[in-house]
Amino acid sequence: MTTTLEPAGQAEPAEEQVEVVWHDAPGLVGFLTSVDHKRIGMRYISTAFVFFFLAGVQALVMRVQLAGPNESVLSPRTYNELFTMHGTSMIFLFNTPVLAGFGNYLLPLQLGTRDMAFPRLNAFSYWVFALAGTFMYLGEFIGRAPDAGWFAYVPLSARAFSPGVNLDFWGLGVIFVGVSTTVGAVNFIVTIFKMRAPGMSLSRMPVFSWSILVMAFMVLFAVPALTVGTALLEADRLFGTAFYDPSRGGDVLLYQHLFWFWGHPEVYILLVPAMGMISMIVPTFARARLAGYVWVVTSLVGIGFVSFGLWVHHMFATGIPPQALGFFSAASMTISIPSGTLIFAWIATLWRGSVRWSTPLLFCLGFASIFVMGGITGVMVAALPFDLQAHDTYFVVAHFHYVLVGGVVFPIFAGLYFWLPKMTGRLLSEGLGTWSFWTMFTGFHLGFFPQHILGLMGMPRRVYTYDAGLGWDTLNLLSTIGGFLFGLGTLLTVVNIVRSRKRGAPAGPNPWEADSLEWSVPSPAPHYNFLTVPVVDGRHPLWSVPAGGASGALQRATPLTAGLEAEPEPEIMEVPEETYVPFLTAVGLAIVVVGLLVEQAVVGVVGLVVALAALGVWLWRTDGDLQ
Amino acid sequence: MWMLILTELMIFLSLIGSYFYVRAGEASWPPPGIEAPPLGRIVVFTFVLLGSSVPMWWAERAARAGRMGGVQAGLALAWAMGAVFFANQVVEFRHLGFGPRDTVYGSLFYAITGLHGAHLVVGLVMNGVAQVKAALGKFDGGRHLTVDVVSLYWHFVDAVWILVFSTVYLSPHLLR
Amino acid sequence: MDTNSLTPHGPDAAHISGLFWLMVTMGTVIYIVTMTALVVALFRGRQGARPSRFSDNAFIVGGGVVVPTLVLFVLAFATVRATNKVTAPRRDAVRLEVVGYQYWWRVEYHTPVRATTANEVHIPVGRPVDITLTSVDVNHSFWIPELAGKVDTIPGQRNLLHLQADKAGTYRGQCAEFCGLQHTHMAMLVIAEPQADFDRWVRTQARPAAAGSAVFEHQSCAGCHTIRGTSADGTLGPDLTHLAGRRTLGAVTAPNTAQNLAKWIHNAQDFKPGSLMPPVPMDPAELDALVAYLETLE
Ligand code: HEA
Ligand code: HEA
Ligand code: HEC
Ligand code: CUA
Ligand SMILES: [Cu+2]
Repeated sequence: MTTTLEPAGQAEPAEEQVEVVWHDAPGLVGFLTSVDHKRIGMRYISTAFVFFFLAGVQALVMRVQLAGPNESVLSPRTYNELFTMHGTSMIFLFNTPVLAGFGNYLLPLQLGTRDMAFPRLNAFSYWVFALAGTFMYLGEFIGRAPDAGWFAYVPLSARAFSPGVNLDFWGLGVIFVGVSTTVGAVNFIVTIFKMRAPGMSLSRMPVFSWSILVMAFMVLFAVPALTVGTALLEADRLFGTAFYDPSRGGDVLLYQHLFWFWGHPEVYILLVPAMGMISMIVPTFARARLAGYVWVVTSLVGIGFVSFGLWVHHMFATGIPPQALGFFSAASMTISIPSGTLIFAWIATLWRGSVRWSTPLLFCLGFASIFVMGGITGVMVAALPFDLQAHDTYFVVAHFHYVLVGGVVFPIFAGLYFWLPKMTGRLLSEGLGTWSFWTMFTGFHLGFFPQHILGLMGMPRRVYTYDAGLGWDTLNLLSTIGGFLFGLGTLLTVVNIVRSRKRGAPAGPNPWEADSLEWSVPSPAPHYNFLTVPVVDGRHPLWSVPAGGASGALQRATPLTAGLEAEPEPEIMEVPEETYVPFLTAVGLAIVVVGLLVEQAVVGVVGLVVALAALGVWLWRTDGDLQ
Repeated sequence: MWMLILTELMIFLSLIGSYFYVRAGEASWPPPGIEAPPLGRIVVFTFVLLGSSVPMWWAERAARAGRMGGVQAGLALAWAMGAVFFANQVVEFRHLGFGPRDTVYGSLFYAITGLHGAHLVVGLVMNGVAQVKAALGKFDGGRHLTVDVVSLYWHFVDAVWILVFSTVYLSPHLLR
Repeated sequence: MDTNSLTPHGPDAAHISGLFWLMVTMGTVIYIVTMTALVVALFRGRQGARPSRFSDNAFIVGGGVVVPTLVLFVLAFATVRATNKVTAPRRDAVRLEVVGYQYWWRVEYHTPVRATTANEVHIPVGRPVDITLTSVDVNHSFWIPELAGKVDTIPGQRNLLHLQADKAGTYRGQCAEFCGLQHTHMAMLVIAEPQADFDRWVRTQARPAAAGSAVFEHQSCAGCHTIRGTSADGTLGPDLTHLAGRRTLGAVTAPNTAQNLAKWIHNAQDFKPGSLMPPVPMDPAELDALVAYLETLE
């Protein structure tokens, strides 16, 4: 909703006055009602980390079972549930939301505005994510966890072969969490297009913000395929339709196409923001500007486009004619060009600069050394004939842990060490950080390098045990030890964070002498972000003198801009007050999902009523008009 | 809103893609024993639906010019045309010789047309809200975002019908 | 027993492992070069930033565009070559069909005679083999690492896999597509033997059993299993007509001994929890008779 700027907007308002206007309710009420992008962002990050540790512990339990041949720590069913929930949680409930969390926290600060474009929608997508995650874990708690793998191929996931509700927790949960991702993406895009500080043309936007933009567009194009794929699965399961039932003309591979049309872009949806983070951190510690800004941005956009033409490389062994596969094989290899461009842009940055060693940089280097290796094994499995050997073996497991852990989790840790001081106002310990890094780094290679060899030696993935005498014993044991070491390393970071809350040194506004706008405000950032909205005149705003601009701070509002060049608009946007409505709408949807799960129309209708009522209030309160 | 429409469009494209994908793998389409849906009536009603974009466009113009009477009339006429189309769909579904569970053909047919129908219902509800707001005098030449949004969505639902119609009604007759 | 894709014993696996070694070599070089550049970049500015002799663009375009493009051309060429080799149609191939079932494989020969067996594929050494693959329930994937890459078995679809063994021997493989509780114990053996032995084996398989067994037929067994030449004609489980000639039980879960057989029949779930064969309780005398009978099915 919009209003016009008060005429006295040019003078810098007094902090106390502004504080009053931007109050936020404390305690539980504040927890349920806040629409502040910073609180929501941090909440995204902490919730996602809960899922990270759950999924991590599941992985370690699996590794115990695999430590030696013919172990019987786990029953086959439990093992299947564990890897399904491990993969599902890591992708849907950790990686995707944790990056959305960083995006939420940082985007308005980097763009020089006071909140997201749709703050209530933002709260709504958080709640949908949290409830969807809880919903998926409900299955685990009542002993009915999904057990068909993180991509739940039909027919195994169809009613006929998975009769229980297990798979419904997965299917409905995935659709539900997709709502959160999609709504979040819309919010990111509109924020970037309408709310950049005056003067911040797209070509001056920080690379992290660019990466969020690319990621959000990819989400809008990719997630619908996943939604349709799983919705048809659930229609088959719940209503007996025939989409994937070969006996009634249905097609089993259709599901795989729909899933991977999302699934492949998804891995770059994770990678792109991670690379955005790296592109912010490396120049800061190289004490040099980022080399080849235009190359970097073009590569990120290029990865976004090309990633939609690769999905069939997950289906090389399904009997599709080799002529068609050849195209996807070649296309998959071309993606190493933009990836290589990025790597060399960072190297060029370091080359010109003078390095200051610190934990965030260590994690960036860890990223580079692990990711390049994972990328190279990616290109190997993209070679069609080799994939026919490597597919569905531990070689692929090794590949995707190298790219997911090295390429995404390491940047996330770098981001934590880099931006947490902004969020909490306290620096983390460098000593503990260094220890954590080296433990994770060593543990990682020990844990996952042997898996390449295991795969080549014929060990398929998703087996709950293996016979002695196949030569797989020692390597598996090493892998288990490495997994635990890696877990220990992550715990050191947790200790570090907890410790910093009390004993960390105060961070000050800009502990790293970084150049983007989030570092111009105090740490932790105040609710209103900026007393006066800055006017941007270059790619490195903090290296030039920031000029005060239009305010709106006293109206709980923030300016709008338009066009590529971010020219100020006559109208400004009021930032809504805290409200229960997004939470209630999400709860309503959750009830609908539960209704589908238990196949009780009544429950579904109740949920629909709650959701619609909350939505009605939402629209009504939206003064004058729809958002 | 544009962003939302973009994802919605992707959902339709995924389904329509699935339709042609499954079809490509079948020897006869629709499967033996099933008649392709007849074209006669639906063509007429297609024109009704597509035609409803005209009064909608008219309402939008009226809103911009501040003519509230025009807004109300345009919205109402578009609503009526949409509702007539929807009613015809419901009636026609009763007479089709196949159900959503018999074969994958039926599943796809009902999923695609059903999804379109659901969008139409949402459009009707949004149109209704806009009419109430217009009647309560909430719009003027400067404040008419609701009308713009409703009309954008309406045009989208109409345009998607062209895709849906070509896929599930026309294509089985044309490409054999 | 080895299941190593890098010790190929057939031309298809050999082409692939050749491609693998080429890629590993190129990959290692690329990795070392990239990491060296990174390390040099890190330490070169120790005494403060130094201007670079190369422009940023030279760096980025050289390392990130030109070199990868060249490498990819080589790689694409090698990939296409290997693809053509492993997918080329074979002349004079032995044809057989493998059908995936939840946790075992049905193997069908149409030539030179019709024969059915399970979990064990016999092939003549040095001759190309074309295997048609399909499934009755969920997706599986047929894979013998030492002989060729894998191809999925998918219900409603018939896929083709070429392979050939250049050395006589027993090759182990394992279902590679997750298919449920006992995906783990869904292995198979390929036994490559000289043409004459192979012919003899197929003819044996084609023969019906000499006699039936009262126990087998009045217990539930006949409802799921076929023993050709008797009234047992179930199709849910493996054909048992020549069970005693097989090396293992339950898709390479245990060696085929009388003792294991008795245990398997008593409760297959002990061997293979989640397998679709239920426990069949019967008194010990009956069990002994049954095992003795099954042992005769050479
Ligand atoms: C963040 C996640 C991520 C990333 C970034 C990637 C990156 C890549 N992936 Fe990966 N992939 C996954 C996550 C990811 N992948 C997952 C989760 C799966 C398994 C899903 C499942 O089955 O469960 C998978 C599976 C997977 C498969 C299917 C394997 C199979 O199931 O049989 C393939 C096949 O082509 C593939 C290819 C690639 C390629 C070519 C890249 C490229 O993008 C890599 C490009 C990067 C580089 C190459 C390094 C830097 C470049 C240079 C230094 C320049 C010079 C380099 C060369 C010239 C080679 N991946
Ligand atoms: C970002 C994604 C991500 C991450 C971070 C991880 C992290 C880990 N993964 Fe993950 N994995 C996937 C994504 C990921 N995985 C996916 C998508 C699959 C495919 C699933 C499927 O097939 O459907 C998979 C499958 C998979 C398998 C294959 C299972 C199979 O096919 O049978 C294995 C086996 O080793 C494994 C192991 C591990 C381990 C040991 C870690 C470790 O890094 C975990 C580290 C542990 C923690 C973070 C927990 C913290 C530690 C503690 C709380 C206690 C520590 C205690 C002591 C040290 C004493 N994973
Ligand atoms: C409900 C169906 C069913 C019944 C009844 C049944 N079986 Fe089975 N049987 C199976 C299935 C399915 C398998 C394959 C199990 C696997 O490997 O996962 C099997 C496997 C076997 C095998 C191992 C075959 C091989 O080559 O590995 C033997 C031997 C066997 N059954 C014997 C018997 C006998 C004897 C009886 C009766 C006393 C019996 N079965 C009853 C379904 C059945
Ligand atoms: Cu059959 Cu896995
Ligand atoms: Cu992929």
